[in-house]
Amino acid sequence: MLTAMTSADKGKHENDNTSTPAIIIHREGEGTKDGAHLHARRLLILFAHPRYEKSRVNRALLNALPVSDAITLHDLYELYPDYNIDVEAEKQLLLAHDILIWHHPFYMYSAPAILKQWLDLVLEYGWAHGDGGDFLKDKTAFNVITTGGTREAYRSDGFNRFTIREFLRPFEQTARLCKMSYLPTFAVQGTYRLTDEELSRHAADYAFLLQQLSAGPDSCEEMEKFDFLNDWIAAGQRTEAP
Amino acid sequence: MTEGFLFQALIYLTAAIVCVPIAKRLGMGSVLGYLLAGIVIGPYAFGFIGREGQDIMHFAEFGVVMMLFLIGLELEPSHFWGMRHRILGMGSAQIIVTSLVLCAGMMLMNFNWKTALASSLALAMSSTAIVLQSMKEKGLGDTAAGKGSFAVLLFQDIAVIPILALLPLLAVSTGNGTGGQGKVILEGLPGWLQTAAVLGAGGAVVLAGRFVVVPFLRVVARTHLRELLTAAALLIVIATAFLMQLVGLSPALGTFLAGVVLANSEFRHELESDIEPFKGLLLGLFFIAVGASINFKLLIDSPLQIISLVCAVIAVKTIVLIGTGRLFKLSLDQNLIFALGLSQVGEFAFVLFGFMHQLHILPDQMADRMMAITAFSMTITPLLLFINERFILPRFGTREVETKEADIIDVQHPVIIAGFGDFGSTIGRFLRANGIEATILDNDSDRVDLLRKVGFKVFYGDAARTDILKSAGVDEARILIIAIADPSISCDLVEKIQKQHPHLTIMVRTKDREDAYEMLDLGVKDVYRESLDTSIRLAVDALVKLGYRRHAATRAGQNFLKYDEAALLKLAPHRHDEKSYIYNAREQITLQEQLLANDREVNPTINDHAWESDLRKDQSGEG
Repeated sequence: MLTAMTSADKGKHENDNTSTPAIIIHREGEGTKDGAHLHARRLLILFAHPRYEKSRVNRALLNALPVSDAITLHDLYELYPDYNIDVEAEKQLLLAHDILIWHHPFYMYSAPAILKQWLDLVLEYGWAHGDGGDFLKDKTAFNVITTGGTREAYRSDGFNRFTIREFLRPFEQTARLCKMSYLPTFAVQGTYRLTDEELSRHAADYAFLLQQLSAGPDSCEEMEKFDFLNDWIAAGQRTEAP
Repeated sequence: MTEGFLFQALIYLTAAIVCVPIAKRLGMGSVLGYLLAGIVIGPYAFGFIGREGQDIMHFAEFGVVMMLFLIGLELEPSHFWGMRHRILGMGSAQIIVTSLVLCAGMMLMNFNWKTALASSLALAMSSTAIVLQSMKEKGLGDTAAGKGSFAVLLFQDIAVIPILALLPLLAVSTGNGTGGQGKVILEGLPGWLQTAAVLGAGGAVVLAGRFVVVPFLRVVARTHLRELLTAAALLIVIATAFLMQLVGLSPALGTFLAGVVLANSEFRHELESDIEPFKGLLLGLFFIAVGASINFKLLIDSPLQIISLVCAVIAVKTIVLIGTGRLFKLSLDQNLIFALGLSQVGEFAFVLFGFMHQLHILPDQMADRMMAITAFSMTITPLLLFINERFILPRFGTREVETKEADIIDVQHPVIIAGFGDFGSTIGRFLRANGIEATILDNDSDRVDLLRKVGFKVFYGDAARTDILKSAGVDEARILIIAIADPSISCDLVEKIQKQHPHLTIMVRTKDREDAYEMLDLGVKDVYRESLDTSIRLAVDALVKLGYRRHAATRAGQNFLKYDEAALLKLAPHRHDEKSYIYNAREQITLQEQLLANDREVNPTINDHAWESDLRKDQSGEG
């Protein structure tokens, strides 16, 4: 059974080998019983890109996703082209996962509109927060973003005057409001000038990160010490190398 | 041997139906199957048919004429024009070089130069029937080899005319040549008048195709009698062929021209599917006749001579063709298909040899030999192609990835729209605005005419006929959109398509809920009720006019649509079980009533608490 993609889409995903980049859909609900994944944390990627077909960087990131039962890719713009989000289905999906990832390009210092719509509609009072709103308690959330500007451009003395962390405060606090822990961001920056090698290294890092989060030891506390998850990966490689 | 028409028909049909499937099963293609069928029933095996095979062959040659008409139909004039370099270049290179080499060879064998030249011109011809049929069957029509072969064959067709004109000049004893092939009215006219007549006939075909045939077909179409359209299609082909013969041109060439002229018309697919079965049967008959006319007695009497001659001819032709292919930059695998495919001597050679015999260029015995060589070579090339495909190409592994050239045969569109009324034409316009050209079929000839004037590429044809869909390219299409107003026609069509093309995605317009159920029962997943979206849009606007905020009203509309579709799917499987249907329907109505009541009380949206802050204020006194 596929993920919740079945709801309102009458088989519109049958893009065989066309120019539309196919989104990989991972299986849900199966495979968790066989020993290997018994303690796997389940990851939900809430992917929001209104022009995915034109995004070289995001295509590379998604294409490199590890094939795993524990990872669900949820393509919001493909599922809800009319922004009419199925709140019930989304809630069920959230309950079935441990870590949620807001994966989006960085538009006007924030996420594309559908992600805000998603936050507003799905994270209901009395369910996600407020009285009786404990359903997301102890889960983990973080952002995965792509930006045209480089990391240097996002500094108090840089072109954009604020850091990514500062811009993403609403996400951070939303996570806290819903009693979730919030990890640093995984960011692919300076996308206009990325070479193919750099891009595939980023994609490999992303895949590595997801694998660690789902099957590796719990390093969330360790991760929180870094500005970016990219740095955590780099540091890990440095210590592992010698 | 001749026990009347029925017996003959029985023999031919039985032979074809027994031999062709066996040949296809063995991967050899239908052409070889027919040829074998001919050999089996011919005078040297079972002897069901005797010498009359020759007559049948001449009659069945009309299949080639029809085939060229069909090829013309698939070729739009602009594409034809784009092929001119290939036709002239490849075609002339092949004929001239092949003839010269063969001629030189024959002169070395002490033939006199006139006989040698005449025979080698005839031997340079290849068989349109065999090559095109084989290519089409193997799906090679669109490849470089297929296009090259077609260009060469077309040039040969054109070249037959000057060759026929040239032969009398080579006649050993003059006087007896009556002009051969039905040059009836032009005999004795001065040269310039003959030329004028030839040009006039060509022009007549083009003009008639443009200005007479299409309006005439429209009138016929309005009678809604299917067989009348078939008759009209046959009439077009036969009339063109007759006209061409009258002025001494090749009928095949003339009908090809007529086909090209009609390729742009809305009747293209209709004509194609009307002529197709006749063409198929006649070609089959032709191949059988060729098989039956092979003179095995000659082979048995002097096997070495015949075999070596056949091999020599095929070898020379193949080598020259490989050179030509090289010159036109065919890749190795394409070049092998191209060269081996065209390496036989064609059916025109029968005509030319017959004519030469009349003119005494060829002595009796020679004529027999040449005919035998022709027939043998025709039988061998399908075998060669088969061997090439099975054993040579895989071994060399040179299946080079082919770079796509500009399409010659009009490539079919990925979407077919059946029914182009208001509903269908909106779909067509939208797709076109997004760069998707669909093939459109409609059977209202007045509307088709109108839409064509506006610039839509619409074809006349009853989409419920699968043969029309076939010529519209249903085999290559990915989506069939059925936008026909009449539900019973749509259902009928869906059933046929599902049987014949199970992998084609069908998207269907239905009138109402009942129709939608029918379609769902048939297993169609993409069902669109024609009034659903529109009525909801109207209702949403009505809410707005009554004072609702537009966003709230729109969300209510979206949710209602979603709910209604879900209810449709939920009810569909229970429909036949009447009791449960009523129960379910009642349940649905109750549910809908409940929801509607809810909506009135709370909010115009169904269960929609989005952005509501009342709840929070009540419970926690915040915000």
